[in-house]
Amino acid sequence: MDDTVHPATLAGTRETATRDTTLPITLHLNGSAHPTRVAPWVTLLDLLREEAHLTGTKKGCDHGQCGACTVLLDGKRVNSCLVLAVSVDGAKVQTIEGLAGGADGCELDPLQQAFMDHDAFQCGYCTPGQICSARGLIAEGKARTREEVRELMSGNLCRCGAYTNIADAVMHVLQREGASS
Amino acid sequence: MNRFDYAQAHDGAEAVRLGSATGARFLAGGTNLVDLMKENVERPVSVIDIQRLPFAAIAELDGGGLRLGALATNADTAYDPRVAERYPLLASAILAGASPQLRNRATNGGNLNQRTRCYYFYDTATACNKREPGSGCGALGGVTRIHAILGASEQCIATHPSDMCVALAALEATVRVEGPDGERTIPFADYHRLPGDDPARDNTLAPGELVTGIDLPAEGFATHFTYLKLRDRLSYAFALVSVAVAMKVGADGRIETARVALGGVAHKPWRVPEAEAMLVGAMPSHEAFAGAARRLLEGAVGRGDNEFKIELARRAIVRALQQAADGTPQSQIDKRVA
Repeated sequence: MDDTVHPATLAGTRETATRDTTLPITLHLNGSAHPTRVAPWVTLLDLLREEAHLTGTKKGCDHGQCGACTVLLDGKRVNSCLVLAVSVDGAKVQTIEGLAGGADGCELDPLQQAFMDHDAFQCGYCTPGQICSARGLIAEGKARTREEVRELMSGNLCRCGAYTNIADAVMHVLQREGASS
Repeated sequence: MNRFDYAQAHDGAEAVRLGSATGARFLAGGTNLVDLMKENVERPVSVIDIQRLPFAAIAELDGGGLRLGALATNADTAYDPRVAERYPLLASAILAGASPQLRNRATNGGNLNQRTRCYYFYDTATACNKREPGSGCGALGGVTRIHAILGASEQCIATHPSDMCVALAALEATVRVEGPDGERTIPFADYHRLPGDDPARDNTLAPGELVTGIDLPAEGFATHFTYLKLRDRLSYAFALVSVAVAMKVGADGRIETARVALGGVAHKPWRVPEAEAMLVGAMPSHEAFAGAARRLLEGAVGRGDNEFKIELARRAIVRALQQAADGTPQSQIDKRVA
């Protein structure tokens, strides 16, 4: 930490943190309010993994190139590694841990079941991001064909190369849910 | 990432005041700035969060144009029915870029102000006049596959990476800016600049100036257009060469207006009015398109790895002009080039 003088211009604004302070924020993580304090340089990904212990969301490249950190932020899929947590105070965040439903939370999301049924992974590292991304894709309603699924899933890399089966799994769920969305 | 001060701005004037401080950076979607901060390319003293400013709307303009808010996301812009129907060239270019996750977060203002993806700009172990003025250029004599063939200087051969901006150049959009001296508008052709001997500056914004919106003229060229993007993989990669064409064809089949903007080849979207003028009054033909392509690429210089881009650009221009004349724009789903 250096000793640069904080710009006086920042004084007086409400949501302000200097390099020595943290800001209070509340995120709604998988349906539960999560009040906390964060330093401004903490990414949403690091907050999810290191503080909320939601380690299903993976850190792959940490530069928005691989999609392993994909979560749903206010319902939209984003790369959580490129989001400063302090900047999304009040947001709803859904991670892979929050996709399952049912009274006991053990009823798999149809995408989770389809990934297993279609053998849509090998090592599994990209899978939580793939599934969250597919959830976002279906909600967006822009993909109908397999080619559109491939193009609109292009933000999720799979180093094992399971793309064929991933597309099968997503198409399976899209065809069942797409008509009703 | 370095430690920095953080503040949320509540109106444009406050943002401009905070953003005028030395070392301040505006944060919108963050998809480029946060990445650059992780690389220590950007080391802001303060980050001014502008996400809550009222610049997210897309609104009709008197006279038939459309105003794209600087804080509207790329996805919301591309999928807006008015953009998709009246400015399909812009929608196509946006959807050719980045990934769905990035487009959900990245904003229109941020797209204009994103930095080059030159490897040497990103690698703080190498020289870069854009990152550190006076340190030299690692790309000259280095790996140059993604570098400029037009308008470069001996100080910098970086390219502007945007797809959206190539379409905005062809559409002749206007950039709206708020700054310490009030509001002003900048014609799109004057927004980005060539590197010259001052490559640290990507655009003509003054310190503290904030992009608030992008105005599209009424004419959207919705019938004869295309965005043809060629890259090293089919999706989610920056352009080696891209071509935006906006054209009007008369009842007699002759070209009335032709706009051609190139991406991936220069420090800004590349247009040559003389090349476009050559097409006016011509019947669409391979010969006419080849002539315009030659003029567009006049003065192109390859530097090792990127020499292929001159011929690639020539062919892409001819193909894109043909696609626009035929009314068969390039699909951003099926990447086969017809």
